[in-house]
Amino acid sequence: MNTLIDVQNLTLQFRTDEGLVTAVDNVSFTLDKGEVMGLVGESGSGKSVTAKALMHLNASNAVYSPDAKITLFTEDGPVDVLSLRKPAELKVVRGGAVSMIFQEPMASFAPAMTIGKQMIEQLQLHSDMSKAQARNLSVEMLDRVGISDAGKRIDQYAFELSGGMRQRAMIAMALSTKPKLLIADEPTTALDVTIQAQVIDLMKDLVDEFHMGIIFITHDLGVVAQTADRVNVMYLGRLIEEGPVREVIRTPKHPYTQGLIAALPKLEDLDAPLTPVPGDIPSPLERPPGCVFHTRCGQVVGAACSSVAPEELAIDDTHKVACHIYSEAGV
Amino acid sequence: MTDILIRADGLSVGFPIGGGIFRKDVLKAVNNVSVSIEKGSFFGLVGESGSGKTTLGRALLKAVPITEGHARYSDGEVDLDIASLEGPALKDYRKRAQLIFQDPYAALSPRMTVRDIIAEPLEVMGITRTREETDARVREIAAKCRLNLEHLRRFPHAFSGGQRQRISIARALVSGPQFIVADESVAALDVSIQADVLNLLKQIQSEMGLTFMFISHDLSVVAHTCDHVAVMYLGRLVETAPTRQLFAGPRHPYTRALFSAIPSLDPDDRGKAQKLTGEIPSPTNQPSGCKFHTRCPFAVDQCRAEEPQLEGDGSGHEVSCHRWKELMETVPA
Ligand SMILES: Nc1ncnc2c1ncn2[C@@H]1O[C@H](COP(=O)(O)OP(=O)(O)OP(=O)(O)O)[C@@H](O)[C@H]1O
Ligand SMILES: Nc1ncnc2c1ncn2[C@@H]1O[C@H](COP(=O)(O)OP(=O)(O)OP(=O)(O)O)[C@@H](O)[C@H]1O
Ligand code: SF4
Ligand SMILES: [Mg+2]
Ligand SMILES: [Mg+2]
Repeated sequence: MNTLIDVQNLTLQFRTDEGLVTAVDNVSFTLDKGEVMGLVGESGSGKSVTAKALMHLNASNAVYSPDAKITLFTEDGPVDVLSLRKPAELKVVRGGAVSMIFQEPMASFAPAMTIGKQMIEQLQLHSDMSKAQARNLSVEMLDRVGISDAGKRIDQYAFELSGGMRQRAMIAMALSTKPKLLIADEPTTALDVTIQAQVIDLMKDLVDEFHMGIIFITHDLGVVAQTADRVNVMYLGRLIEEGPVREVIRTPKHPYTQGLIAALPKLEDLDAPLTPVPGDIPSPLERPPGCVFHTRCGQVVGAACSSVAPEELAIDDTHKVACHIYSEAGV
Repeated sequence: MTDILIRADGLSVGFPIGGGIFRKDVLKAVNNVSVSIEKGSFFGLVGESGSGKTTLGRALLKAVPITEGHARYSDGEVDLDIASLEGPALKDYRKRAQLIFQDPYAALSPRMTVRDIIAEPLEVMGITRTREETDARVREIAAKCRLNLEHLRRFPHAFSGGQRQRISIARALVSGPQFIVADESVAALDVSIQADVLNLLKQIQSEMGLTFMFISHDLSVVAHTCDHVAVMYLGRLVETAPTRQLFAGPRHPYTRALFSAIPSLDPDDRGKAQKLTGEIPSPTNQPSGCKFHTRCPFAVDQCRAEEPQLEGDGSGHEVSCHRWKELMETVPA
């Protein structure tokens, strides 16, 4: 079997002063070994929260639905991620078989420790390397992500590095343990495009070398086009479209995906105005009934849009969309 | 004749580094930069990660010390020498010049509500007198940044990266500044909200006549929003030009490499981007001559020996490369 991780019926809410906030709503997907899945979607749509669920790492006010199931397939057999409790059990999904590049580089490095000390600790926790070996590997990884003078840089503190260097240090740290699953949450937003290309090449090398699977969260559709095999699109906690990268980018089916692609600033036409998807994002406390996107959709096909949540429909073998334009209820 | 809001002249910033109390090495993050920013413009700053963009922005805000050279701020009301600002003049400058942070997570205190985060500059600077006045101002600016009343009561941890960035923007705008350094301010946003925030920034800019220094790695965003762009490499400005001119004909080999690496939206273009090879230079151990020669595909002996200076052609387009003219004729961009 080639499945690396299998997510079924993931619903995730947060307890807040104002009540329960639904961040992820009945999301299911799988990722194969060696596969790169792009995860895109509106800011606040639940991408990071979904990613953290794979490591069972959400804040203590998170409530998972009882039927949510996340299974990670490791060399030692399947792991039921959401049943892990003790730190020793959780090690496998937190730096062992699964590594994450967090969206906030500053938050991932303790301010009072050099980046090297943290990289070495992380490596020693997940391998039987000596300190010297761990240091050598860390320097090598820093070098591979394009940090010059890595032997010296490793002894600096996070605040002494530029934004992009911190991000690269975090990438180096996440990759140094050679995870089976890499969750990369906006890993290249702070990088210039030449360094970005270098970092992406490094990730691809690791996919080839170790059959690593990657969940690549990014809003940069160009990066998705250049790296992902498949793309999942989220809106307000729902998975609304999924398919092979070519199809989703060239022939997006969901009106939100179409809006997202239309909003891209185009270098070929600098006179074109920037066109966001119109309307306001609904508050997660007041999720619209029916299709979550209907309050902003320019292609509403009937009453079903505001009353019935569209099911995921297969456009073809690999491309799926949750939208009434393509369903019986909508026509 | 247009007014210049910010004028830097030979500006350098050095950081002491090398562990312990006796830090003796100096890392020159910004090296002899001269630049003028017109009042009311959207000035783009792009370049390699670690090339000194954030440091230059922070130096102009006097958030890091200027170690050499000068910078002036003049908005018609005041004319200030940024490097020597202190006391009441510095306090006054803080109202006039603001930063929108690169890393919204680090920038927002987790123990304050969004309302208090946005209100803090008003209180610290003594801009509003009463709680009602503060609340009114916070609500107005929050609405401009598309944050609603319910958001104001929450704590930042409950927000997504993109939402947090809008909070940072509101906080930066609340004191009514003239000059704003926006450091990767839309990097965390999805493209639709990015378009929305950019339209918002442009609108606020033209309504209030603000001047932006816009630091970004997203070249398409820069092309669409900025009037003028400067490109940095290893602490130096290597090229500066009106936006359209730069994108129509980049002259510096680094700028060319940068543009060619913009990821294409076509999945069939994989692997087509021009790659830079060669040693990435370190700011503590800088190469001789042109700082780009270790990676430049066009480097010749002169490049290794002599440092090129910015030179213009009268059109506002300046570049520092020994070979740019000849390359423009022989190597199409
Ligand atoms: N600890 C928490 N308590 C309450 N709400 C939370 C918490 N963490 C996240 N949320 C909410 O969950 C929703 C999803 O957030 P998430 O960070 O996953 O968005 P995202 O898709 O990653 O967005 P972005 O692209 O901006 O990073 C948001 O509405 C956010 O406010
Ligand atoms: N407080 C500091 N102490 C020591 N060195 C620093 C400090 N701040 C920045 N530097 C160094 O100065 C150089 C320039 O950093 P800066 O943050 O200005 O780069 P940048 O162009 O903004 O990069 P990025 O695009 O990655 O954000 C880097 O080598 C960095 O390590
Ligand atoms: S001066 Fe020489 S090394 Fe520098 S960019 Fe020009 S051609 Fe390349
Ligand atoms: Mg996120
Ligand atoms: Mg920076």
